[in-house]
Amino acid sequence: MSDLKQELKEKIITQLNLEDIAIDEIADDDSLFGDGLGLDSIDALELIVMLDKDYGIKLTDPKEGKKIFESIEVMAKYIAEHRTK
Amino acid sequence: MEKVYINSIGSISAQKTFDNNDFLEEITTYEDNIIPVIEPNYKDFIPPAAARRMAKGIKMGVVASKIALEEANLTDIDAIITGTGMGCVRDSEKFVTAILDNNEQFLTPTSFIQSTHNTVAGQIALGIGCKGYNFTYVHSSVSFESALIDALMQLELKEAENILVGGVDESGEHTNAIHKLIQHIKPEKINSNELLNSKTAGAVFGEGANFFVLSNKKQDSSYAQVLGVKTFNTLAISDLLANLEAYLKENNLSATDIDVLISGNNGDIDYDNYYTELTNGPFKNTQQVVYKHLSGEFNTASAFGFWLGAKILKTQQIPSAVAINTIKTKGFEIVLLYNQYRGKNHSFTLLRRC
Repeated sequence: MSDLKQELKEKIITQLNLEDIAIDEIADDDSLFGDGLGLDSIDALELIVMLDKDYGIKLTDPKEGKKIFESIEVMAKYIAEHRTK
Repeated sequence: MEKVYINSIGSISAQKTFDNNDFLEEITTYEDNIIPVIEPNYKDFIPPAAARRMAKGIKMGVVASKIALEEANLTDIDAIITGTGMGCVRDSEKFVTAILDNNEQFLTPTSFIQSTHNTVAGQIALGIGCKGYNFTYVHSSVSFESALIDALMQLELKEAENILVGGVDESGEHTNAIHKLIQHIKPEKINSNELLNSKTAGAVFGEGANFFVLSNKKQDSSYAQVLGVKTFNTLAISDLLANLEAYLKENNLSATDIDVLISGNNGDIDYDNYYTELTNGPFKNTQQVVYKHLSGEFNTASAFGFWLGAKILKTQQIPSAVAINTIKTKGFEIVLLYNQYRGKNHSFTLLRRC
């Protein structure tokens, strides 16, 4: 699980161009949206595509995303349980 | 009709032009067939959160516009009008590549959103909260001049007081590869000092962003008055001089009234003969200036020429790196710019000292 969390942090920094943020600056329980990393709705779309492309998880209900992308901790848990690749 | 002035400038080019206090004092020489811009520290101008989705062309445009607005002492503007030949080509390439690589699946939104030609004008407006007229002209090598014509008409007719006008184009890897394949880019790498006498086909490509605040109110920072601009999509070399003469006559001028001719020569042996019609003809005894060995060729390179003309008129100096003769060294009153690319999309622009 810790490898997956590390992998997710790397992907988020690279794919969302968070140039000024280092991996160790993202805590597992930090909010990804709002006051935490400050991601927005376009980032949410990028994350949905990433789940599909890299882990074979298709999100059909946008409300689901809100819960899954709460933090790295929650995201990693969801991916570990639902991944198909 | 109101007179129109260039009240401020902002330039990002292959030379260090982003500091308005400098005027080509330090020249960077290249030995290549594609040359990049010298970038300022973007973080000094754009907050990291806003910059993270911006490709190079957007950053260049936003920063050049901020420099121009600051010099004009403005925080808002009546209109934003840009010209670009290829728009945000890097994000376009990224998005199309993703379509091909992923078999039309898994398409992410950012590069698509940022790939449109009017992204730069949009981002400038978002940055300063400008809800005014926002327009982008895409018209090959007269893209900047098309934007200029629009701004001139609005200012002359008092429909606006201050307009931000600019030309911006970024280099795209795939696009450049295609231009190399069809030899619109010279196959050989060449020293910029030798470019304009290279005697080979093709150009050295570049990129850049050049922005200006145009206004019908002259102020202390004003550089020059814009007398007019005229474009031609097609113009046979045999008709060039007659059309130029007619254009000058429309402005109550003749070739002998021109103090400085700024030509858009790019060292392409197949098309530079358009310029020699002027430089060996009616402007043989006129002070002549060139710039594409410093900026490279791109669809809005003529905006760099416009920047150069404005600087010459304000400082009354011609840097040695751009002068190709020494007929006149002071008292520059009227500048004529002529540009074309591959024998198409010609433009004449007239500036006057103010």
